[in-house]
Amino acid sequence: MLLGRRLGRAAGWLATALVAASFVVAVAAFFTLLGGAADARTVVLRGYEWFSAGDLRVAFDLRFDQLSAVMAMVVTGVSALIHLYSIGYMAGDERIATFFAYLNLFVAAMLTLVLAQNFLVMFLGWEGVGVCSYLLIGFWFNRRLPVVQPGARLDPDTPDETQEVWAPPAAKKAFLANRIGDVGFLIAMFLIFQQLGSLDFDDVLGRAERGVFVAGGVARVGAVTIPGLGAGAATAVALLLFLACAGKSAQLPLYVWLPDAMAGPTPVSALIHAATMVTAGVYLVARTHVLFEASKTAAAVVVVVGALTALLAALIAIGQDDLKKILAYSTVSQLGYMFVGVGLGPVGYAAGLFHLVTHAFFKAQLFLGAGSVMHANDGDTDVKHFGGLRQAMPLTWWTTVAAWLAIIGFPLTAGFYSKDQVLAAAFSHGGVGLFAWVVGLLTAGLTAFYMSRLVFLTFLGEPRWPEGRHPHESPAVMTVPLLVLGALALVAGVLLTGGGLVGGPLARFLEPVLVGALPAPLEAESFAQAFLLSVLATLVAAAGLAVAWWLYLSGRVDWLEQRRRRAGAWRALASGLYVDRAYELVTVRLDGAVARMADLFDRRVVDGAVDGLADAVGAAARRGRGLQTGLVRTYAVGVLGGAVLIVAFLVVRAT
Amino acid sequence: MRVGTNAYLLLSALLFTIGVVGVLIRRNAIVVFMCIELMLNAVNLSFLAFGRAAGSLDGQILAFFVMVVAAAEVVVGLGILVAIFRKRSSTSVDDVDLLKG
Repeated sequence: MLLGRRLGRAAGWLATALVAASFVVAVAAFFTLLGGAADARTVVLRGYEWFSAGDLRVAFDLRFDQLSAVMAMVVTGVSALIHLYSIGYMAGDERIATFFAYLNLFVAAMLTLVLAQNFLVMFLGWEGVGVCSYLLIGFWFNRRLPVVQPGARLDPDTPDETQEVWAPPAAKKAFLANRIGDVGFLIAMFLIFQQLGSLDFDDVLGRAERGVFVAGGVARVGAVTIPGLGAGAATAVALLLFLACAGKSAQLPLYVWLPDAMAGPTPVSALIHAATMVTAGVYLVARTHVLFEASKTAAAVVVVVGALTALLAALIAIGQDDLKKILAYSTVSQLGYMFVGVGLGPVGYAAGLFHLVTHAFFKAQLFLGAGSVMHANDGDTDVKHFGGLRQAMPLTWWTTVAAWLAIIGFPLTAGFYSKDQVLAAAFSHGGVGLFAWVVGLLTAGLTAFYMSRLVFLTFLGEPRWPEGRHPHESPAVMTVPLLVLGALALVAGVLLTGGGLVGGPLARFLEPVLVGALPAPLEAESFAQAFLLSVLATLVAAAGLAVAWWLYLSGRVDWLEQRRRRAGAWRALASGLYVDRAYELVTVRLDGAVARMADLFDRRVVDGAVDGLADAVGAAARRGRGLQTGLVRTYAVGVLGGAVLIVAFLVVRAT
Repeated sequence: MRVGTNAYLLLSALLFTIGVVGVLIRRNAIVVFMCIELMLNAVNLSFLAFGRAAGSLDGQILAFFVMVVAAAEVVVGLGILVAIFRKRSSTSVDDVDLLKG
């Protein structure tokens, strides 16, 4: 930010170089970890003391273990690619240096979050990414941004449903939704400190490992106990932390900020809202997993909310015409999968985190690809205006195909492995996991449907773009990251699982960190079961794809006509099932009503009392003035009257 | 026939009351002064009556004092009155109402 104006475009390269360097460091650190024994892979760096108040002593301690390593590598790696991409995407913007400054600040905050050794440092990073998200979403605060918004005028016959949106309200919405979650984080910290006297991870999370647990993992509240934290308190803390996750990672009911956040530049959407910031919640649950093991209730809540969010978001995604909004709801949906994974307990931790990693790859690719498409289409995001772009932008097309295959779970892609692992873990967990499995399966079908719809409408079919537009491929600076991410979306799965359907190198690497106090298996039951489940999931996805093909590509259905016929249902889906409207009613309207009542009260009652008092005094005074006639005679009467009274008094007293 | 002391006292009270009422009701400043004189004289009368009843000369001495003071007071009062009413031509007491609230 200091040299920005002079550096100009070079700022982008500087920023990218710095992040790439971080990535190199992260990888190097990772290899250092690998060098150690499997259960001694934690490095804790005690830093400067931050503050100490009473019994609380907080320092800038950092922790690097397997979980941090994975997160750090994903964050810095994907971030470096997105930085590179941004050099091309943001070229020509006069505030480009500020943009990169914000991006780097974000990466720094995110790293603080994942490398923290205590809750307060983690919260520092947590808030930091929230602030950077606000800054970056609102980056184009002085521009009108056309976004396809569902509104009251939602009519498929209207040629243009594009409404113009300002960025600042979206940024505020994001920050506020985050803030609501942060309240949960804060109160959870208070509770933890009150019960356990420390905020350090070793103290709080290490304790459970020394706790008492029932052999065989009988599902009973309190099967894992944390000394000093009663079952009720553990549930409270876990639920509060999950509230924070719901805010940061866009789950029910606080997901509404994510679709609006698409008002920010596309690289921002890719980095923050696909790969990193929104995954902070998943990381939090994984890191504090012992708390969720100590409270079966909280874990069940996580699984159910994750599953429901996944389904709801997938439904809404079907009704979106805005390229970025489809991807935004898709992110919410996939995050739901991740939470299902980490909420299931030891059987699902690795799966959830694995999905986090693969999702970072393919979702970032999808967003960057979307940016490429927008770049070629003068910033248009309406899929109704695309079509047949694959000839115009072959690189973008092929890399998007890779990511698309991954997200729908095409066999052998990264997404296939991670999604199936989550579903398998859910199935074998039983109970609430079974519910999540059914919902997850259904959602997989929907995901295949809407993602295929996106791909078909954008890249295939007949061109539908307006006159005068010449879509072209993006410059190398933008396509190289696309290539890398696309490749990762395809091969990362095989690499991280060794080709099998269960377990694999990633799971084994993470095991020492993620083993809970429950002696439960870390992987789904058997290969055969996993295989059958995979086949089932693939079939469901194929069905979704087939429906999308039939509706949008086969030419046998006029989908615009269908949309007109089912206008009611379409309107419901497109507007996000009226959730935003409900929020608006509650917050804006209700709040407004309360504010108006308060104002009325203030004006009528309070002011009335004060003014009334003044008026009363004035009236009394006015009447009292009558006494002051100024006439000597009146005063003489007064004197006489007084004298009479005194004499009478004396006479009466004497008798 | 012997007229009792009470008669004198009654007359005195009567005269005093008439004087008071006159002070309160009349608007002409000179009439007010005359009523004040009336009050003073009424008091004189009661002094004399009591003096006679007590068989001493004290009442008559006091009456002399009162008459002297009354005379002095009239001089001063009429002087003020003339001064005020030189400014304005009215003799009404009601016109001195600068203290009216």
